[in-house]
Amino acid sequence: MPMIRHRRALALVGAAATAALVLSACGSSTTPPAASNTPAPSTAAPTSDSSSSASPSSSESSTSETSGSETSSSETSSSETSGSEPSSSKPSGSESGSSSGAAPVESDDATWCDTAKSFGDIKGKSVSVYSSIVGAEQTGLQKSWADFTDCTGATVAYTGDKNFEKQVVQKAQAGNPSDIAFVPQPGLLASLVATGKVVAPPSQVVDNVTKYWDAGWKVNGSVKDTFYAAPLGANIKSLVWYSPKMFAAKGYTVPTTWDDMVALSDKIAADADGVKPWCAGVESGNATGWTATDWLEEVVLRNNGPDVYDQWVKHDVKFADPMIADSLAKVGAIWKNEKYVNAGIGDVSSIATTNFADAGFPIQSQQCYMMQQASFYASNWKDNPDISENGDIYAFYLPTMSDKFGTPVEVGGEFTAAFASRPEVQAFQYYLSTAHWANNQSKAIASRVSANKGLDVANVQGAINKLSVSILQDPAAVSRFDASDLMPAAVGSGAEWQALTAWLTGTEDADTLAAIDGAWPTS
Amino acid sequence: MTEVQDRAPSPVQGRAPRPANKTKETSWGAPLIWGIIGLVIVGGIWLGWSPLKQGSSPILYDNAKNPGWISRMLFQPTTLGQKLLVMVVAIALFLAIMGLILWLIDRPKIPTGVVLAGFLGPVVIFLSIGLLWSGIKTVIQSFQKFDDAGAANGFVGLDNYAKVFTGQNTQVLINSVLWIFLVPLFAVAFGLLYAVLVDRTRFEAVAKSLIFLPTAISMVASGIIWRYVYLAPAPSGKDQIGLANALVHLVGGTPQNWITKAPLGTFALIIVMVWIQTGFAMTVLSAALKAVPDDIIEAARIDGATGPRLFFSVMLPSIRPTVVVVLTTVAIASLKTFDIVNVMGGNLPKNNILANAFYNALVVRQNGLAGAFAVVIFIIVTPVIIFNVRQMKKAEENR
Amino acid sequence: MTAVVAPVPAPELQLSARKLKAQQRASDAKTKLSSPWASGLAILIAILWTVPTFGLLINSTRSDPAPQQSGFWNFWNGSTSFTLGNYGTAWSGNGGTPLYDFIINSVVITLPAVFIPITLALLAAYAFAWIPFRGKNILFIAVFVMQVVPIQVALLPLLTVYVKVGLTNSFWSIWLSHTIFGLPLAIFLLHNFMKEIPPSLIEAARVDGAGHVKIFLKVLLPLLVPAIASFAIFQFLWVWNDLLVALTFSGENTAPITQGIQGLTTQFGSGGSTILPPAAILAMLVPLAVFLSLQRFFVRGLLAGSVKG
Repeated sequence: MPMIRHRRALALVGAAATAALVLSACGSSTTPPAASNTPAPSTAAPTSDSSSSASPSSSESSTSETSGSETSSSETSSSETSGSEPSSSKPSGSESGSSSGAAPVESDDATWCDTAKSFGDIKGKSVSVYSSIVGAEQTGLQKSWADFTDCTGATVAYTGDKNFEKQVVQKAQAGNPSDIAFVPQPGLLASLVATGKVVAPPSQVVDNVTKYWDAGWKVNGSVKDTFYAAPLGANIKSLVWYSPKMFAAKGYTVPTTWDDMVALSDKIAADADGVKPWCAGVESGNATGWTATDWLEEVVLRNNGPDVYDQWVKHDVKFADPMIADSLAKVGAIWKNEKYVNAGIGDVSSIATTNFADAGFPIQSQQCYMMQQASFYASNWKDNPDISENGDIYAFYLPTMSDKFGTPVEVGGEFTAAFASRPEVQAFQYYLSTAHWANNQSKAIASRVSANKGLDVANVQGAINKLSVSILQDPAAVSRFDASDLMPAAVGSGAEWQALTAWLTGTEDADTLAAIDGAWPTS
Repeated sequence: MTEVQDRAPSPVQGRAPRPANKTKETSWGAPLIWGIIGLVIVGGIWLGWSPLKQGSSPILYDNAKNPGWISRMLFQPTTLGQKLLVMVVAIALFLAIMGLILWLIDRPKIPTGVVLAGFLGPVVIFLSIGLLWSGIKTVIQSFQKFDDAGAANGFVGLDNYAKVFTGQNTQVLINSVLWIFLVPLFAVAFGLLYAVLVDRTRFEAVAKSLIFLPTAISMVASGIIWRYVYLAPAPSGKDQIGLANALVHLVGGTPQNWITKAPLGTFALIIVMVWIQTGFAMTVLSAALKAVPDDIIEAARIDGATGPRLFFSVMLPSIRPTVVVVLTTVAIASLKTFDIVNVMGGNLPKNNILANAFYNALVVRQNGLAGAFAVVIFIIVTPVIIFNVRQMKKAEENR
Repeated sequence: MTAVVAPVPAPELQLSARKLKAQQRASDAKTKLSSPWASGLAILIAILWTVPTFGLLINSTRSDPAPQQSGFWNFWNGSTSFTLGNYGTAWSGNGGTPLYDFIINSVVITLPAVFIPITLALLAAYAFAWIPFRGKNILFIAVFVMQVVPIQVALLPLLTVYVKVGLTNSFWSIWLSHTIFGLPLAIFLLHNFMKEIPPSLIEAARVDGAGHVKIFLKVLLPLLVPAIASFAIFQFLWVWNDLLVALTFSGENTAPITQGIQGLTTQFGSGGSTILPPAAILAMLVPLAVFLSLQRFFVRGLLAGSVKG
C-alpha cells in the first residue's frame, strides 16, 4: 500500500500547483476532502485519499525509517481486517440502520456483457481513460475492468495523473482530450462541459443511473439540467468518529438525534475529568477551512432540508439568509463552544491551526470523545487501531435534526465524463455504470466504494466502508453532494474556506456570511 | 549625449562602425528583419489572445496523441537522464541560435539596423509578449467578468475594482499598507544599526554573513523556519513548543495563537519579511557608510560631534540617497511578495496582502478580480517608477 | 532597481582611494566596539537573526515525535535522540515524491534560466550602451520600467500562450518565463557595467576594423566577467527560490524544490514535523553554498544598485 500513500503525497504536492494552474482557464478546484488545496486528489478517491493521508504515515515515518512501506501497508490493512465482522454493515445508532441487510437492487451480472456487446463490434479497439487516481488504486482499477476486455475484446488505456485537474481542462480546450475522464467534482465537470467537448452518454448509461443511483447523483452529474456523467466512486462525509471503548467505559451511548448529541456533549463537558467532548482541526495549508465547510453543509442539510440546500448551492438562498445563519449558529453552538472544544489543545481558535489530519488523535489519547470527519479519515489513525463497532475507533452517522427530511447524507465522489461517442467508448461508459463493475471495483480495491445500489455490501472491504455503503443505500437516505464542490470555485474553494477559518478565530456570524456572499462571482 | 544619439537620423552621426554609404546599399535589410520580429510578436500576441476554447491542438507537443519519444523527451522528460539531456539540449539549442545570429550579422556590409536586430531582437520579442502585452491584457481583464470555467464573459466596468476596495478586502489593503511601511522601516533601521555596529570590526565579514543568510533562503523555507517560532500554544499544562510562546511564557505572559489573532498575525508575518530583508539593507547601507568621505567626518569631529550625534547629523544625511533607494526597493519587494503569507498566513483574510489576494483570486479562476489586484499593485508601484526614471535621467546627464 | 540613484561605489574603490585614512578609522571603530553596549547589541541582533534557522537545524535532527512535542531548545534530551534519519526519509520522500526529484528539477530549471537571460541581456545591454539608434532612450526606459512591473500581471496571459503552443508543464515554459522576468533587471545591470568601460577601448577596436560582434565578444565580454557573475548569482537565487512561477507553470515532472516543500506543508499534519525541517534545510543548502562561495560577487551586484523587487 505504500503506493497509495505515494499517490497522495504526490497529489498534494501537485495540489498547489494545480491550484495555481487552474488559473488559466482551466477548471476546477474544490474542496479536497482530504486536504490539499487541490480538491482533485481528495474527492477523486475519497477513501484512498484518506488512506494515503498524511498524518498517519508521517507519524509513523520515524519508526519506519528503514521500511516505510511496511508501516504504511499495515495502516491500510487495519481497515481491511476490521471489516470482516458480519455485523459491521449495521451503522450503529444511525437511523439508516434499517437499511442494513437490505438486498442490493437486482444484479446485472448476467446481462451486462450482452449490453456492452450491443454497442457494436469493438474488438481490438481501445478506450483512453484519464484520471487523478494513481498508485495502488490505479492498479486496482485496471484489474477491475479486466472482464470488460474479456467480454468485448476492447482494451482500456488508463492514464493516472496527479495534475489531472489542471490538465484535463487544458487538454479539452486544446482539442485533445482522452476518451473518458473521471471527474472528481461537479464544478470541474461544468468547466469541462463549458469547453464544448463533453458528449452526452448513451441511453443505456442513463437507464443505469436511474436504476442504480439515488436521484441526487444524477443531478450532480448534470450541467444546466443536461445529464452528462454517471457517478463512479463515492465517499460519505456524514460521520462522527468516536471510540467505542471510551464510550463503553463511561456508559455513553451513540446519539441518534442531534439533540441527543448535544445532550451527550453537555454531559461529557460537565464531567469532572475535564476531557472535552469534541476535537476538531481545519488547518490544511492554503486549503485551510475546507473541513468547516463540511460542518456547515451537514447542518444546512439537516436543519433546512435538501430543497433549501439545492437553492443555497445555486445562491438562490444567500449565505446571509436567516435559514443559513441559523444553521451556522447551530454549527457554532458546537464547534465554537469553549466547553466542547478543543481536546485540551486550546481554545476555539486552535481549531484554525490544528491540522485536519491530526484532529482525531486526541481521541486516541483520550483527550476528547468525538470528531466529525469524512469516511476517508479511516486510514489517518495512528498505531493501527481496531476500527470496528466495539473496537478502538469507529464512526456513527451524524444524527438528523428532525424527521422531516429523511436521512440526509453528504457525499463526495467522481463522475465519468466522455469526450467521444465511438461505440467502444460508449460501451465502456455503460460498463462503468453497471452494478457489476461497482462490485468489481470494491472487490479489487479496499479503499473504494460506489453509491451504486447494486453494490453488495459483502463485496466491500473494511468496517467503515461497509458502514458507508449501508448509509448510501439506505432507502431513506437523501444524499447531497458536498456543496462547496458545487459552488463556484471563488466561493467553494476560496471565500468560504477563508471566511469560516476567520469565523473560528472570532469573526461574527453575520460578518462571516456577508463576506462569503460578497465573494460570489457576478455572472 | 544621449539626446544627440536619439536624434541621430543614421548611425553616421554616432559612433557608427561603418560608413553610411554602405548602409544605404542594403537598406531594405533592416526593415525586413524588424518586420519579421514584429510578425513574431504579433503571432505571439494572437496566440495568447484568441480564446482557448476554440484552440486546436497545441503547436509543438500534444501528449494525448502519443508523440514520438523525441518529442516526449523534449517536452515531458521523466527520468534523471532525460531531464539533464533536455537541459543540455536547451542550452545548446539556444547557443546555436545565438551563435548563428551573431555569425550572420558579423560581416562587413551589414547595416546597423540588422546588427541591432541581432542584438536586440530576441529581447524585444520576449519583453513585448511576456511583459508588455501580458500587462496590457491583464489590465483589460481587470474590467471583465469570468465564468466559473475561467473564460472571459463580457465587461463589468469597475466591478472588480469595487471588490478590491470593499468588504474583507479592505483588510487586505490595510495590511498591504502596513507591509509597505513597516517592512522597509524596520529592515533599514536594523540594517543601518547593525552596519554601524559591526563596521570595521574584526568579525565584520562573518557578522554580516549571519544577517545576510536569510536573504539567500527561499521564502518557503523561511516559512518553515518561522513556523517553529509561531507555533500555537501547547495544550494546557504542557511545555510550549513554539519559540515565541516559550519566551512569552518565560516572562510570565499568556501564550498566544499568533497567526490567528488580528493584528498580531500581520505583525508576525511582517517580522519574517523584515528578517529576510534586513541583510540586503545592511549590505547596501554599510557600503554607503564606508563611502562617506573622511574629511566630512573629520570636520564634524573637530566640531565636537561624537557617537549618535555624529551619526545622525553627519553620516545619515550623507547616505540619505542610499537610504531612499533601500526603502523603496524593500517596499516594492514587500508589495510583490506572496510566498510568506501564502505559506504561513493560515488562509486567514485578516493576514492577507494584495499579492496573495491576487494569487487566491487566480486559483479560483476569478481572473478579473486577480487582474484588478495586479493593477492596484502596479498603481502603487508607479510613483516609485516615475521617481526612479527621473533619477536615472539625472544620473545619465551627470555621466 | 534604481541602481543609479545609489551613490555607492564599490567598496574596493573607496578603500584604495582612502587607504591613508582607513587605519585611523579602524582605530576609531575599535574604540566604538569596545563599548560593551555596542558589541552587546550587535551580538543580540546576530542571535535574533540566527536562532530561527538554528532551531530548524536542530529540529531536523531530532527523532520523531520530538519536534511536535517540545521546543528545539530541549535539543536531544529525554526521549529525543539525535538522528540523521529524518534526512533520509525526506530525501526519499517518505512514500511521496522523493525530495531529490524536486532538487533535480530545480537544477534543470535553474541552469538554463540563468544562462539564457544573461546571454540575451548581454547582447541587449551592448546594443543600448554602444550602438547608437533612434528611440534608444525610450526603449531603455521601457526596459527599466519593466523591472518594477509585478510579474503577477504577466502570468495568466503567458500561460494561455503556453497552452496554445503546447509547452505547458514542460521545462520550456518555466525557462522562458524566468528568462522574460529576469531580462529587464539583467539588461539594466549589465548596461550599467558596460557603460563604465572606457569608450577609448571600444574606439581602439573600431579603428582596427572590428564590427559590433567582434567588439562585443573580444573586447567587452572578458571585461564583464565579474558583472556577469554578480547577476548570475542574483538570477540563480531568484530562480532557485521562486515559488510563484513554479506554481503557475510547472507540471507533474517539473516541480522545483520550493513547490515540493510548499506541498509538504499542505500535506502533513504534525506527522510532517520530522520531514519538513530536513526538507527545508536541504532546500537551503544549494543557495547557501552558492551565496557563501560567491558572496563577493553577490554583494557587488547589490552595490551596483539593483535587486529584484
